[in-house]
Amino acid sequence: MGEIVFQKPKSLTDNQFHYCPGCTHGIIHRLVAEAIDELGIEGRTIGVASVGCSVFTYNYFTCDMVQAAHGRAPAVATGVKRSDPNNIVFTYQGDGDLASIGTAETVHSAARNENITIIFVNNAIYGMTGGQMAPTSLPGQVTQTSPYGRDVNTVGYPVRICEMLSQLEGPSYLERVAVNNVKNVKAAKKAIKKAFQNQVENKGFSLVEVVSTCPTNWGMTPEKAMEWLEQNMLPYYPLGVYKDRYAEEEAK
Amino acid sequence: MADKVLMKGNEAIAEAAIKAGCMYYFGYPITPQTEVAAYMAKRMPKIGGTFLQAESEIAAINMCIGVASTGKRVMTSSSSPGISLKAEGISYMAGCDLPALIVNVQRGGPGLGGIQPSQSDYYQATRGGGHGDYHLFVVAPASVQEMVSLTAHAFNVAEKYRVPAMLLADGTLGQMMEPVVIDEVEIEEHDKSWALTGTKCEREHNVINSLSMLPEELEQWNIDRYERYAKMEKEEPMWEEYMMEDADICVVAFGIASRVSRNAIKAAREKGVKVGMIRPITLWPFPKEVLLASTDKVKAYVTVELNMGQMAEDVELATHCRRPILKANRAGGCIPSPEQVLAQIEAANELGGEQ
Amino acid sequence: MAQTQMLFAGFGGQGILFSGKFLAYDGLFSDKQVSWLPSYGPEMRGGTASCSVVFSDEIIGSPIVSAPDILVAMNLPSLDKYEESVVPGGKIFVDSSLVERKVSRTDVTTYYIPATKIAAEQEMPTLANMILVGKLIRETGIIGEENIEKIIDKIVSARHAALKDLNKKAIAVGLAYKD
Repeated sequence: MGEIVFQKPKSLTDNQFHYCPGCTHGIIHRLVAEAIDELGIEGRTIGVASVGCSVFTYNYFTCDMVQAAHGRAPAVATGVKRSDPNNIVFTYQGDGDLASIGTAETVHSAARNENITIIFVNNAIYGMTGGQMAPTSLPGQVTQTSPYGRDVNTVGYPVRICEMLSQLEGPSYLERVAVNNVKNVKAAKKAIKKAFQNQVENKGFSLVEVVSTCPTNWGMTPEKAMEWLEQNMLPYYPLGVYKDRYAEEEAK
Repeated sequence: MADKVLMKGNEAIAEAAIKAGCMYYFGYPITPQTEVAAYMAKRMPKIGGTFLQAESEIAAINMCIGVASTGKRVMTSSSSPGISLKAEGISYMAGCDLPALIVNVQRGGPGLGGIQPSQSDYYQATRGGGHGDYHLFVVAPASVQEMVSLTAHAFNVAEKYRVPAMLLADGTLGQMMEPVVIDEVEIEEHDKSWALTGTKCEREHNVINSLSMLPEELEQWNIDRYERYAKMEKEEPMWEEYMMEDADICVVAFGIASRVSRNAIKAAREKGVKVGMIRPITLWPFPKEVLLASTDKVKAYVTVELNMGQMAEDVELATHCRRPILKANRAGGCIPSPEQVLAQIEAANELGGEQ
Repeated sequence: MAQTQMLFAGFGGQGILFSGKFLAYDGLFSDKQVSWLPSYGPEMRGGTASCSVVFSDEIIGSPIVSAPDILVAMNLPSLDKYEESVVPGGKIFVDSSLVERKVSRTDVTTYYIPATKIAAEQEMPTLANMILVGKLIRETGIIGEENIEKIIDKIVSARHAALKDLNKKAIAVGLAYKD
């Protein structure tokens, strides 16, 4: 019998994902679950599901879960965390949820340096509702509600969350990663784990923005979508660490 | 027994909540309820509790959802426009079967309205206020002492039935001071096996959720919830009867309107009019049975409200429209005068032989 | 049933709410039913302020005083607004240093006290309200003089010990004042 070299993390249930073929949510779920497993925090982790494609995350993680209203996950997480600071509390939100309808909750939980972990999946489109323009849709990007391409003169520019939050004193850790190739997935794993580790160490607000794809609503094959991400999204949303208060303090 | 102290209604609610075991408060400033938040800001840090001024009413109610999900007692308070903002979260609470206490110290509306006292959120409170089929347990205190007792009671009932509760006050009750005793209260223990406490890797995960993509499943959740509501309608109505023994005319009024009505009832009695009052203490469930029973002896009703006549509709429903109902209303932050109420009582009495 | 309805009115900043609160505390110590209701909102910030206090032997109906037995008017707009509402046989206390006109009603008893002027002369310029309270106690007997010290100790915080004495002094001045 051969050695097991890869298996499903313990923190994922056996439920089959509802995500479309080629969707990167599956990868990101796995990375989150691996981080929870490796830190041994499954029994005290409470997740907050949001509204969007990731609305059903409560079916996939084995930890306790609460499903929040659209955009309100950081506020719900604040309540859960304040109730028992020993719990490890994370939200899993998409771009419409976090960067549009929930902007206030995002900004102020960051400003408070709320000791929570936010996984922010940015795929530049509303997936669940069928492909409408997101706050992070790129200039010129064609969606159901920007059929002639996003016109920055009438609907403005995409929001760069990491850059924006990095201007606040509050947050401890902000990093943007991507899941379009093996190297980037490995970096994403490291960032996600760090975002949980920070909370375990009471270091405060950690947000990892994961640039990802939506082949279905982008109207591309999964492979093509990865290319499109690399060529179009990454120039607008550069990968990297936007804030790491503790690393900065150590460097001083 | 604790000492009698002179306290504002808003402060009394806050202290009563703490006595009832509520260690978490999230809110946002708005007149005329800000003293609740100010009191909590002062007290919570001293007793190891949490006070957090949220970035919005919306965030505040969602923070409450977070704490309620973990099975602990939590409260928010606001005034009318702020409650509208919280309506989304309140609907989610109802859909997730989460107990919590929401305090509404009402002011005139709609829109930004005014800051003077009102009862114009009656529909919003008794019909749920947000989207979906649901009710809140709604209590309407009429004195500072009752603000204390009903705060504690509302927490207990909310947990018993797993429903959000609302304490519906108004600017007058919030701002006025009366002597009050804040004693230790009974904190009922109800099942909390549903709460998110971390699985400790010892049990299946708990999920707090209001979403279902299966209509039949979602319908069943609604049916189950309505079974609890039916039980509440049977067991939880509260009311006070005042001078009803021989009453021909019945005033129906809650909260501050019932206080004004008392003056009018006394004045009417001095003039020989046999008038009494049924004061609903719970607005949902509404004390329907006592009102229906009263139709056998009462010849007319006078509803007194600080709105355009919202509760009057519930009185019509409860009494099956068997008797005429006259209204004594003021809106927009105005309060009916005892003279106005007296005039309607006398007019109702004139209706005499129409039975 | 014995019930007394009092209305205090003046500018924000004159201590209208405080004087009402002082009397309300007597209700607490004397085991009377009492309610205290302030006007609230922007009036508190420089506009007109008023405060309703009701004493009663039995449960108080409305805490809103619309027909006061006792009116304390600390400025002209307050006298203009509330003079007519006072019940026949009621008492009106006027700060005559700020209100130049006389009360036009003849079916009420009126007291004119230049409280603001006296307060300024006696170097307690913020306590005209308590001079009026002293006068009110003298003329109505509404509260027991023995409670005065107890109430002041309760409502003026220990951090302001000097203010306690000044408040007591102001009330004493009012108690001694003869028209």
